[in-house]
Amino acid sequence: MSEWKKTVVTVGLGFSTLLVSTSALAAEEGVGEEHRALTLAVFGAIIAITLYITYWAAKYTHSTTEFYAAGRSVSGMQNGWAIAGDYLSAASFLGIAGLISLYGYDGFMYSVGFLVAYITVLLMIAEPCRNIGKYTLGDILAFRNNPKAAKTVAALSTITVSTFYLIAQMVGGGVLIKTLVGIDYEVSVAVVGVLMLSYVVFGGMKATTWVQIVKAVLLVLASLLLVLFVWAPYGFSFPAFLQGVAGDAKVHAQVAKLLGDSAANMTPEQLGQRFLEPGLLLKNPLDQLSLGLALVLGTAGLPHILMRFFTVPTAQEARKSVIWAMAIIGGFYVLTLFLGMGAATLVGAAKITALDKGGNMAAPLLAQFVGGGPDSLLGNFFLAFVAAVAFATIVAVVAGLVLASASAMAHDIYVGVIRGDQATPAEQVKAARIASLIVGVISIVLGILSKGQNVAHLVGLAFAVAASSNLPAVVMTLYWKRCNTTGVVLGMVIGGLSAIVLVMVSPNMTYPLKVKAEAQKVIDAAPATLEKLQISLSITTDPANQAVIQKEITKVEGDVAKAKSDLEKLGTQTSSLVGLEKPLIELKNPGIISIPLGFLMVILGSLFTRDKRAEEMWDELYVRQNTGIHAEGASPH
Amino acid sequence: MHKSHVNWSAIATDPRFRSLHRKKSRFLWGLMIFSMVYYFLLPVMAAYFKDLFDTQVWGPINFGLLFALSEFVIAWAIAIIYARRANREFDAIAQELVSNAHTIGS
Repeated sequence: MSEWKKTVVTVGLGFSTLLVSTSALAAEEGVGEEHRALTLAVFGAIIAITLYITYWAAKYTHSTTEFYAAGRSVSGMQNGWAIAGDYLSAASFLGIAGLISLYGYDGFMYSVGFLVAYITVLLMIAEPCRNIGKYTLGDILAFRNNPKAAKTVAALSTITVSTFYLIAQMVGGGVLIKTLVGIDYEVSVAVVGVLMLSYVVFGGMKATTWVQIVKAVLLVLASLLLVLFVWAPYGFSFPAFLQGVAGDAKVHAQVAKLLGDSAANMTPEQLGQRFLEPGLLLKNPLDQLSLGLALVLGTAGLPHILMRFFTVPTAQEARKSVIWAMAIIGGFYVLTLFLGMGAATLVGAAKITALDKGGNMAAPLLAQFVGGGPDSLLGNFFLAFVAAVAFATIVAVVAGLVLASASAMAHDIYVGVIRGDQATPAEQVKAARIASLIVGVISIVLGILSKGQNVAHLVGLAFAVAASSNLPAVVMTLYWKRCNTTGVVLGMVIGGLSAIVLVMVSPNMTYPLKVKAEAQKVIDAAPATLEKLQISLSITTDPANQAVIQKEITKVEGDVAKAKSDLEKLGTQTSSLVGLEKPLIELKNPGIISIPLGFLMVILGSLFTRDKRAEEMWDELYVRQNTGIHAEGASPH
Repeated sequence: MHKSHVNWSAIATDPRFRSLHRKKSRFLWGLMIFSMVYYFLLPVMAAYFKDLFDTQVWGPINFGLLFALSEFVIAWAIAIIYARRANREFDAIAQELVSNAHTIGS
């Protein structure tokens, strides 16, 4: 028990700030009591639509092909929207707009990798996987490797990647809903979980697909609407818009704050232009290469994205769906440039970070502003709409993740490994539903247990594990004749584990000594600052000035209280979760080490062993992945 | 379609399949390598050629912004180039192999 407590405290310090700060939104600037009914009405409308979809989809969901792959009857365009819906999680919608609003150019640069990732999916993965696969990552790997071994590691990896992703979504979603609607964190997580479970258990892939499509359309519409408001005052001229951003006093203040001392000699014009130049957020090029590699190769190894290619009838439709997804995802990230920059000028970094240090509230606050501000009906309607879209986003993404985990558990482990592919169709569907229920309940429990934990780096970790474990195994199985079971198992286990271990010893974890030193610094500096403020308060007669100073005093006192509680929480702890006083490596994302390691292990494992089946099946695999002969067809209705 | 009676090794050595494989491999890996190099140019240049990225080209718009936007254009262009060639050429050869699958090598 004390061990668990220690874990929670060690990992959780960063996030507790977010919780404290976001609850302020509900109290002060978010949806006030008088607009609560409006918010609930908008949420209710969106939930009603998704439940109707589930009711409709449930009528068809009687076979495994229906449950896991929507009967392979989804069109390329529909699947493209669903992929976008699966991929544009709250992290990218709220997160990237936030990063741009705080760091300008670097935030935008961050978004590029998410689109480029789909080139790997398009050229290497989508069509071959559609041609040889059935429902899961395990099916692809089991084609020529030892089925039981391949399915076991594939299922473990699928569950690991999806769980990391899932916890990040659940915690983020819980905080967001608590902030915007004002209900408890635990209730928020449970609401997300129960809704998502009802889509998955009753409607399977068909309901999940359509919920993702509806959500993607709403997300794009909401973003377009906001961009319209932000860009129209500049006559839809791009240079004029950026001129407005570079000339904004709030932007100048933010850049000056980020640069610190080196900004002292800069003119306001220079400060504004600096916002449009690289280097305000991303400082270490090696970190960026590592993250870029994980994004670009990891997306193609995300099980919930891979699974989407089994929902279309042919490889041609799989190709079409990636093209659609690239158009939607890319277009969306161009829109976030306007959302982020718009939030930077209209709302301002100070207000955004006051509610959430990571900038996640930039888009909701922007919506409230363009609608007329915190006191207007339209402003609150916009805020409620964006919040409801963010909510739908989380539920849809979580549904896709649960479906991926459940398919690994039921189809790969239960049916494939335990029953040796001998289960009846009815039994398989039942297993799929039970597995979904188990995964869903576990994810709700994990979401609630992770309350207050710093989970932001878990999405990055999910990409890194997918890129280091799943991708090398899939690419080598598809394209390298010599690849075999030993190589795949070795590559997946070592690639995936190395990514996890490297993150455990990285600066992403909380290091008590560092936190305590920083807290102590805040406490030590406070008396002098407070004294200075008290003196200026006593000599000022202007009431406006007095209010400003009083506000600052309150802020310093709040910082001290927080620092003290940090110190108290950490007690005598000196080491991180894995017993380190300081990080072993400086790399924040493990990709640049773990991805090559994953590939290397597949190669070594394959070269040092022989596997008759892998060799014999090569011709069939290679012909089938290129031509689509004997590919799984659409299920007849 | 019966799921037996396909001679996979015969198709694998069929000249049509070999030519499809050759064309596809060269084209796909070429596009793949180009897109990776072009993508990683962005962070590398932002870090080591910052002066170039900071150069203003059109009002407040600097070279770095144009380069970042070009990443989107290039990604879309690669997708379109691949889709056109696959739709026109690769699919036709594959279709021919699919319809003759049961007679090749038997």
